Amino acid sequence: MRFIREPLIALLCLLGLFLAGAGPAHAGPYEDALTGFTGDSYSDTAAAIDAVAASGHPLAATVIGALQERRLHFSAAAKKVFYADKAGTLHDAATGQPAAGEPPADLAMVRVNNRLRRSIDAALGSLTLMSPDAWRRYEAAQAVFKSRDEAALPALDQAIAKETDAGVKRALEQAWASIVLNQAGASAADKLTAVQLIRERGDQDAVGILSALPAEAAQPVRKAAEDAIAAIKGELALWEVAQNLWYGLSLGSVLLLAAIGLAITFGVMGVINMAHGEMVMLGAYTTFAVQEVIRTHNPALFGYSLAIAIPLAFLVAGIVGIAIERCVIRFLYGRPLETLLATWGLSLMLQQAVRSIFGPTNREVGAPSWMSGAFQIGHLNITYNRLWIIVFALLVFALLLALLRYTRLGLEMRAVTQNRPMAAAMGIRTNRIDALTFGLGSGIAGIAGVALSQIDNVSPNLGQGYIIDSFMVVVFGGVGNLWGTLLGAFSLGIANKFLEPYAGAVLGKIAILVLIILFIQKRPRGLFALKGRAVES
Amino acid sequence: MKPFPLIRILDRGSIIFLAIVAAFAIAIPILNLAVPEGSSAHVSTYVVALLGKYVCYALLALSIDLIWGYAGILSLGHGAFFALGGYAMGMYLMRQIGTRGVYAHPELPDFMVFLNWKELPLYWYGFDSFAYAALMVLLAPGLLAFVFGWFAFRSRVTGVYLSIITQAMTFALMLGFFRNNFGFGGNNGLTDFKDILGFNIQAETTRNALFVASCIALVLAFVLCRYIVMSKVGRVLIAVRDAESRTRFLGYRVEYYKLFVFILSACMAGVAGALYVPQVGIINPSEFAPANSIEAVIWVAVGGRGTLYGAALGGVLVNLAKTYLTGAAPEIWLYFLGALFVLVTLLLPKGIVGAVASLKSGVSKPLKPGHWLARILPRRVL
Repeated sequence: MRFIREPLIALLCLLGLFLAGAGPAHAGPYEDALTGFTGDSYSDTAAAIDAVAASGHPLAATVIGALQERRLHFSAAAKKVFYADKAGTLHDAATGQPAAGEPPADLAMVRVNNRLRRSIDAALGSLTLMSPDAWRRYEAAQAVFKSRDEAALPALDQAIAKETDAGVKRALEQAWASIVLNQAGASAADKLTAVQLIRERGDQDAVGILSALPAEAAQPVRKAAEDAIAAIKGELALWEVAQNLWYGLSLGSVLLLAAIGLAITFGVMGVINMAHGEMVMLGAYTTFAVQEVIRTHNPALFGYSLAIAIPLAFLVAGIVGIAIERCVIRFLYGRPLETLLATWGLSLMLQQAVRSIFGPTNREVGAPSWMSGAFQIGHLNITYNRLWIIVFALLVFALLLALLRYTRLGLEMRAVTQNRPMAAAMGIRTNRIDALTFGLGSGIAGIAGVALSQIDNVSPNLGQGYIIDSFMVVVFGGVGNLWGTLLGAFSLGIANKFLEPYAGAVLGKIAILVLIILFIQKRPRGLFALKGRAVES
Repeated sequence: MKPFPLIRILDRGSIIFLAIVAAFAIAIPILNLAVPEGSSAHVSTYVVALLGKYVCYALLALSIDLIWGYAGILSLGHGAFFALGGYAMGMYLMRQIGTRGVYAHPELPDFMVFLNWKELPLYWYGFDSFAYAALMVLLAPGLLAFVFGWFAFRSRVTGVYLSIITQAMTFALMLGFFRNNFGFGGNNGLTDFKDILGFNIQAETTRNALFVASCIALVLAFVLCRYIVMSKVGRVLIAVRDAESRTRFLGYRVEYYKLFVFILSACMAGVAGALYVPQVGIINPSEFAPANSIEAVIWVAVGGRGTLYGAALGGVLVNLAKTYLTGAAPEIWLYFLGALFVLVTLLLPKGIVGAVASLKSGVSKPLKPGHWLARILPRRVL
C-alpha cells in the first residue's frame, strides 16, 4: 500500500498544481461561486459556500477555512473576494496570489451566523473528502467511518462518485455504509449493501459497527449482520493465528541465532559452554562500541553501523572463544561436568568485566532507518527489525550449513564429530579443529549479539536471558544436527507464542520447560539424535 | 543392610569434622550468651546468625556432594529443593504472625490482604502446625525429587543433559514463584516473621538455639550420608558414578539407587532451607535462581567432591570469602567466584581435601595421568 500510495499522491499533487495554474484562465464554476460572497446577504453566502465546496477547486478549502476563521473579505465595488492568510497578508481568492497594490477601500468581512457555521463545517468535512491528496481523502473517510455523522452523507455520495483510487474508494464506501446502517430512513436494500461493505472491511471496528446495529432494523438486515459478524470473527481468528505464527517465527529466529553456535560447540565437541550467552553479550557490546565510534567520528556512516559490527562482533567473540578453548577447555576434554562449571566461572568473569568497562546500566544501541518502521499485510502487523532478524538468522544458518558441507574445515569438523580417534589417525589435527570449532561457535554467538542488540536491552546480563532457552533448543533439536536446531528453535518459538494467550507469558514459558523435560524422557537425545554404537557418550 | 557400628563408618577426617562442628555448636552460644558484651572473647549475635547461615549452606553442600560425589548426578537445581524447604518453613512462620501483621487480618497473611485475596488457599491449610510444616519441609522437596527423578532416571537422562534439565526445573519454579497469583508472596516472598514455636525469632537465645539446631542437623545428616556411602548401597552408587552401564549390565536397577539417593539429598537440602529461613528472616523467589544452585556446586568442588566433610568445608569457606569480599570489594567478588570455578576445575579436581591428602602422601612420586600437575601440562587430547 505504502509503495503505491506515495507516487499516487505525488501525481495527484502535480495534477492539483496544474489545475491551480490553469484555473484563472477562464471563469469556471469556482469563480462564479465566489461572487456569491460579495452579496453581503446570508442566503447568498450559504449558496456560495455550497457552490465553492462543490466546485472541487484546490483553493476551495482555503477559502471556506478562511470564512470559518473570519479571515474572508470582499469588495462589493470590485466584485472581488480576498482572504487573509495566517500572517495577515491579503490574497486574491480567485487565484491565490497575494493581492497586488492597495486593498480596495470598501473591503469588508464576510459575515456568518450560526446556520452558516453549520454549513461551513459540513462543507469543510466534505472538502477533505474531495482533497486532491489521496492520503488525506483516506484519512477523512476513516474519520467519517468512526464518527458515523449523517451530515457527511451527501458529501460522501459525491466523493464516492468521483473517487478514482480503489483503496480510497473502498474506505469511502465503508464510511457510507457505517452511516447508512445507523440511519433510520435508509432502505433495507441500502442497508444490506452496507452490511456487505462492512463485512468486507473485516476488522474489529467492523464487528463493533455491526453489533451496534439498531434494534428496529429489518429482519433480513439483522440476519445479514449476524452472519457477517460470525464470518468476520472467523477471519479475525485466522489472522490472529497468522499473527501468532509470525511472532513465533520471530522468537524462533532469535532462539536460532542464540542456539546455533551452541549447537556447534556442544554437537561437535560435546562441550557445554555456559559462557555462550556472554559471547552473545560481547557481540551486542561490539555493536554498541561501533556505533559510539561512528557517532563521534563519522555520523554519515550510521546506516552501515550494523554491517560494520557483524564482522567485528564475529572476530571479537571468536577470538575470545579461541582464547577460552586454548586456556581452559582443552584441559577439560572428556570431563563435561567440569567443563560446565569452568565455563560458568568464565561467564561470571566476562559479565563482571563488561560491567566494569561499560557500566551496569543498559546501553542504547540505535537502529538504522531501514530497520525501523512496520507494514501491514491484511490484518498482520510486521515490523522491519523482526523481519530482518528472521532473514538474517536464516542466512547465518544457510552459511553455516554450507561451511560445514563444502569447505575443508567443515569436512574435518564432521570427521572429528563422527570419530575423533579415526580422524586423528587420518592426519587431522584434532586440537586445531577443536579450537577453530569453538571459535566459530563463539563468533556466531557474537553475530547473534548484533541482531539481539536491535530488539533487546544491551546490558551485562543480556546473555543470561538466552542461555537456558538456547540449551533447551539444542537439547530439544538433538545434538550434532543443525537441522534439528532449526526445527527446535522454530517449534519452541511458535509453541511459546501460541501458549502465551492462554497461559500468559510466564506460565507459557513454564509449560514449555515442563514439556521439554517430558520430551527428554521420551527422546533423551533430542529430535535428531546422532546415530552411533556407543552405549554411553 | 547390616547396621555398622558408628565407629566403622567414620574415618579420621570425619571424626575431626564432627569434633569441630560439635566444638562450634557448644562454644559459640557460650561465647555469645555467657561472655559479657565488652569482652574481646564475646561473639555478637550477628556473627551467630551468620555462622548459622554458613552451617545451612554446609548442609546444602553436603546434600549435593552425596549425589554428585557418590552417584555422579550433577544437579544444577538443588537450590530449588533448598528454597522449597525454606518456603515450607516460611509459610509456618507467616501463620505464626497471626494478627500482628500490618493489616492485622485475623485469617490472611499481609500479602494476601494486599492482593485482595478473600480466603486462605487450600495449600496454606495446616501450616499453623509446626509438625505439619516440618513434614512439608521434607515432603515438598522429596516429592518434587521423586517425580523429577522418576522420569529422568528411568529414561536414562544422564550427564550434562540431566544438569541442564535440573537447571530448567529451578528456572521454571523461579518464574512461577515470582508470580503473585501463585500464592507465595510473589516478588517479595515471605518475610516479617515474629515467632518460631512461641519464641521471639529476633531474641538472642532463639538465634543461638537455631544455630545449635543447624549444627545438629548437619551432624545427623553427615552421619547418615556417611552411613549410606559406606553401606552396600553406597558401593553400588560409586559403581554407578564410575561406570553406569556396566553396573546395569551386572543386574543392578541403577535408576532405583539413583532415585533413592536423589530424594534423600533433596530432603536434606529442604531441611537446610528450612533452617536457613528463620535465621535470615526472609525467603523470596531469587533463591530459585539457577546461579545460586551452580554456586552451591562450586562449594562442593572447592572443598573436595566425594569426601562429604570437604563439601561442608567448601560451603563454609566460599561463603566466608563471599561475605568478606561483597563487603570489602563488591567488584572483585564475581571475578573471584569466576576464577574459583576455573582454577578449581583445572588445578584442584579433588578440591582442598584432595590436595591436602596428596600433599601428605608426597608429591615426589611420579605424576599419574589425572594428577593435578599433569593437567596443566599441554597434552594432545584424543
